[in-house]
Amino acid sequence: MDIDFLGATFVQLLRGVPLLLQLAAFSIAAGALLAVVLALMRLSGNSLVDAVARGYVFVFRGTPLLVQIFLIYYGLGQFPEIRQSPAWPFLREPYWCAMLALTLNTAAYSSEIIRGGILSVPFGQIEAARACGMSRSLVFRRITVPQGLRVALPAYGNEMILMTRATALASVITLMEVTGIASKIISETFRAVEVFVCAGAIYLLINFVISRGIALLERRLSPQFEVVPAPTAIPKLAR
Amino acid sequence: MSYIELMGFGPRGWGLLLLQATLMTIAVSCAAFLLGGVLGALIAWARIGGGRAFRIAAEAYATVLRGIPDLLVIYLLYFGGSTAMTAVSHALGAQGFVGVNAFASGAIAVGMISGAYQSEIFRGAFGAIARGELEAARAVGMSGRLSFRRIVVPQTLRFAIPGLGNVWQLALKESALISVVGLTEILRQAQVGAGSTRQPFAFFITAAALYLVLSSISGWGFQRAEAVGMRGVRRA
Repeated sequence: MDIDFLGATFVQLLRGVPLLLQLAAFSIAAGALLAVVLALMRLSGNSLVDAVARGYVFVFRGTPLLVQIFLIYYGLGQFPEIRQSPAWPFLREPYWCAMLALTLNTAAYSSEIIRGGILSVPFGQIEAARACGMSRSLVFRRITVPQGLRVALPAYGNEMILMTRATALASVITLMEVTGIASKIISETFRAVEVFVCAGAIYLLINFVISRGIALLERRLSPQFEVVPAPTAIPKLAR
Repeated sequence: MSYIELMGFGPRGWGLLLLQATLMTIAVSCAAFLLGGVLGALIAWARIGGGRAFRIAAEAYATVLRGIPDLLVIYLLYFGGSTAMTAVSHALGAQGFVGVNAFASGAIAVGMISGAYQSEIFRGAFGAIARGELEAARAVGMSGRLSFRRIVVPQTLRFAIPGLGNVWQLALKESALISVVGLTEILRQAQVGAGSTRQPFAFFITAAALYLVLSSISGWGFQRAEAVGMRGVRRA
């Protein structure tokens, strides 16, 4: 392998990192907010509200992210009403379309993780808190959130890594993040292996930082456990 | 032209093409999933019973393939494969560029990723087998190979069904990415239709619906398989 080419490629690819981080950070943050709303809708007890959230999750988890990106970026422009609406300056831009698609997509997956976390809090604790006279919102804030968060964190960390990986699809609608630059270099030089090694190293490094961060947070949130329990490999059997 | 006419099977409808594309999606996903099964089993074996070197290599494989974008793997296989093929054909005296088959390179790429996930599933499922059963098999005089065939494989597969269902859904959705190297599966056909009729929303929403149908049917199938596989197992 040619060290000069590797070095030059690596430097070129690094220029895509800020865009990658923007896409990942914005969509994870906005997606988390939407996910909390969806999770609460699923747990609301109102069957209509529950059905809406369930349908949302079904559609966004059952279709490929690339289809969702195309539907938003190319599909919405088909309607003159949208082209004349005030949202058009945003929906015309691949940047905002990718953000929107990533956000809507991660919200569906995260809402199930959050719902699982909330459901994992033993009912007796909520009952006890109610019996002490805490209001519903206080119970949620003091009892449910801290414990549910702890349980949901490993799976949520995994989802953050998956989202970092998913930002690569933004390159298909012309955004030059790391994978976009990589595919451009590959099609110019036909040196797929070298470019792959450099780009792969960048993604693995980002994932490593995220997983370290999550592990640190897990330890912070559970001082009572010495060993952090690993997520079970086959969750359906654990029920 | 109405939506029904556009997606129908009439002379100007795209129904037949989309149906063919759906079959292509099923074919490439199945090929990838099966390849992933073979790879996943080998990697799981390396992680459970292999020596230190095998274990490290298998862990590295799983970490890398689950951490880098699927699109990059598809590009690597397609462009890297084409470059290698061209070099080989030039060495044999041919000229010009030789591209690899989009189906083969795509199925291998998605299969490699699927293998990384399936190795996790198989490893977890193997861990769920009661140790006593392996000891009992040994005690009644089964050889290692016989107990592997009669005790380990059937039970690992049984415990792996729910996880494999999830991995299958991943492979099905990842197959959409193979459209970037030109395989005419659902998404690629929808792009072609969107381009030539200028009705992108109609085509992409149809593509989304086709994926939903495929994932619902196969989700139901895996549920049935789980129910069948789990009969005779007492659950708390």
